[in-house]
Amino acid sequence: MSSMTVGLPLTWRRIPERYNLIGSECEICHTKYFPVRRICPQCRRKGKMKEVKLSGKGKVYSYTRIYAPPSGFELDAPYMIAIIELEEGPRLTAQVEDCNARDVKIGTPVEMIFRKIQEDGKEGLIHYGFKFKTVSGTSHILQE
Amino acid sequence: MSCLIGLRNCDYMVGIVGYGVHIPRYRIKVEEIARIWGDDGGGIKDSLGIIEKSVPGMDEDAATFAVEASRNAVHYSGVEPKRINAIFVGSESHPYAVKPTATIVAEAIGATPHLTAVDMQFACKAGTTAIQCCMGMCSSEMIEYGLGIGTDISQGRPGDALEYSAGAGAAAFIIGRKNVIAEIEGTCSYTTDTPDFWRRPGMDFPSHGGRFTGEPAYFKHTVNASKELMEKLGLKPSDFDYAVFHQPNGKFPLQVAKILQIDVGKVKQGLMTPLIGNTYSAASLIGLASVLDVAKPGSRILLTSFGSGAGSDSFSIVVTDKILEKKGYNRTVIQFVGDKEYLDYGLYVKQKRKLKTL
Ligand SMILES: [Zn+2]
Repeated sequence: MSSMTVGLPLTWRRIPERYNLIGSECEICHTKYFPVRRICPQCRRKGKMKEVKLSGKGKVYSYTRIYAPPSGFELDAPYMIAIIELEEGPRLTAQVEDCNARDVKIGTPVEMIFRKIQEDGKEGLIHYGFKFKTVSGTSHILQE
Repeated sequence: MSCLIGLRNCDYMVGIVGYGVHIPRYRIKVEEIARIWGDDGGGIKDSLGIIEKSVPGMDEDAATFAVEASRNAVHYSGVEPKRINAIFVGSESHPYAVKPTATIVAEAIGATPHLTAVDMQFACKAGTTAIQCCMGMCSSEMIEYGLGIGTDISQGRPGDALEYSAGAGAAAFIIGRKNVIAEIEGTCSYTTDTPDFWRRPGMDFPSHGGRFTGEPAYFKHTVNASKELMEKLGLKPSDFDYAVFHQPNGKFPLQVAKILQIDVGKVKQGLMTPLIGNTYSAASLIGLASVLDVAKPGSRILLTSFGSGAGSDSFSIVVTDKILEKKGYNRTVIQFVGDKEYLDYGLYVKQKRKLKTL
C-alpha cells in the first residue's frame, strides 16, 4: 500500500460529515452533535442517537489568522481559521474563505461553502468538504 | 449533421425546473495582465470586449463550482435531491482525469445512490449537451429530474491571448416535466470535425488555431445551429425576446446576432463575458441564468452554445408563469458579478498556481 492510499477508508467514511455536515441528534434530549456521536454524553445509556443534517448556518465564536501553516497548507497562507458555533448548537473548526479578513469578527454570521480542503500531492486524492464564508447581504440564506 | 428533439407533440412540457450559478469572487483587470506583458491594455480591452475576468480561489476547482451551482439550483427548484435521477457534468477542466466530478456533485447535493451520473467534455459546449441528455431522459420518462451542469476553471498560457479571456464559473440546470419555470420547446445541434482548439493529455494549457477559431469554427457552427432551430420550429429572429450565445469574448455574440438579424439589444442581458471572462462550459449557461433572472412569463429565449472541435447546441426556451413564484430565491448573476475583489498579477499567479513549483 503506497502512502497515497493510507487514509482512504477514513476519508471515505467522513464524506457525509465533510460534504453535508451530517451530525447526530439525541432523540431523548434533542441535543445535536458534530461530528457524529454514538452515545449522548447527557443521557448516557438512555439516549437514542440518529443522524441529522445540520443547516450550515452559524456565527464566529473565535478566530485566528494562520501565517505559518502545517504541511499541506503552505500555499494557502495567510488564511483564517475559526471556531464556528452552528445554529443548532455544536461548534466546529473550519477555514473561513471568500471574504475580507477585516469582516470576520466574533459573532459574525457565516454559512457553509464547499471547497477543496487538501490534495495528496499531484497524483493522490483531492479532499473536499466544508469551509465557511461570511454571509453576504444578498445570500439566499438570509431570505429563508 | 443535425438533429432535433422536438418536444411540442408531447402531452407534457419538458423544461427548466430550477437553476443556479457560481462565480468566484476574485477578478483581474485586462489592463493588469497587459502591464506584465507590455501589451496595450486599453487596446486589448476594446478588441476583446472584456474589461476584467473572474479568477477562482486557491481552494476552488470545477467540482467545487459544480457543487455550489447545483446546491443553488436545488434550493431554487425545491426538488427533493433523491428525485434527481441523472447528473451530467460538462467541463474541460474536470479535477480528475479518471474519477467523475458527477459523483462528487451527487454526494454533495444528497442525490446518491439511486441515480446515473457521468462527466462530459466538449470544450465550451458540454454543459448544453448535458441539458440535452437530461431532456431526452425526462421526455422518455427514464428519469423524473435530471441535473445538467457546465463548469470550468479554465487556463490560458501566461502571455497567450487566452490569458486575457479565460475565466471561471459554473451554472446548473434541473430539468423536469413538472413545475417548469421555462419550457424548452426544441433543441438542435450542428457538429463537425474542426481543429480550432485542443489540449492533449497531461498538458496544462490548450493550443489553438488563432484567427482560425473565428469564421470556420465559432461563427459557422453557432449560426448554422441557430438557423436550423428556427427553421424547424418555424420561428423568426423577431420571435425571440432574448438571445444568448457562447461568448469567448465580448464581441463574437454581437456579431452572431447581426448575422442572424437579431437585435443586438436582445443579447446584452445574457452577455457576461465582458465582466467575468469566458467561463467555457458555463459561459452560455451563465448568460441564460442572467436572462432568467429578469425574464417575464411568455418571453422566448434563443440559446446557442459553441464548443471547439467543433459543435453548437441551440435551444428555444419559453418562460412560464411559474417563474414569478421563484423571484428572489437565489442570488442573481448580477449579484455574483458585483461581489468581487481585485487581484494583482502576483496574487493571480499564486492563486492559479501558474508556476510549476506551485
Ligand atoms: Zn440525550
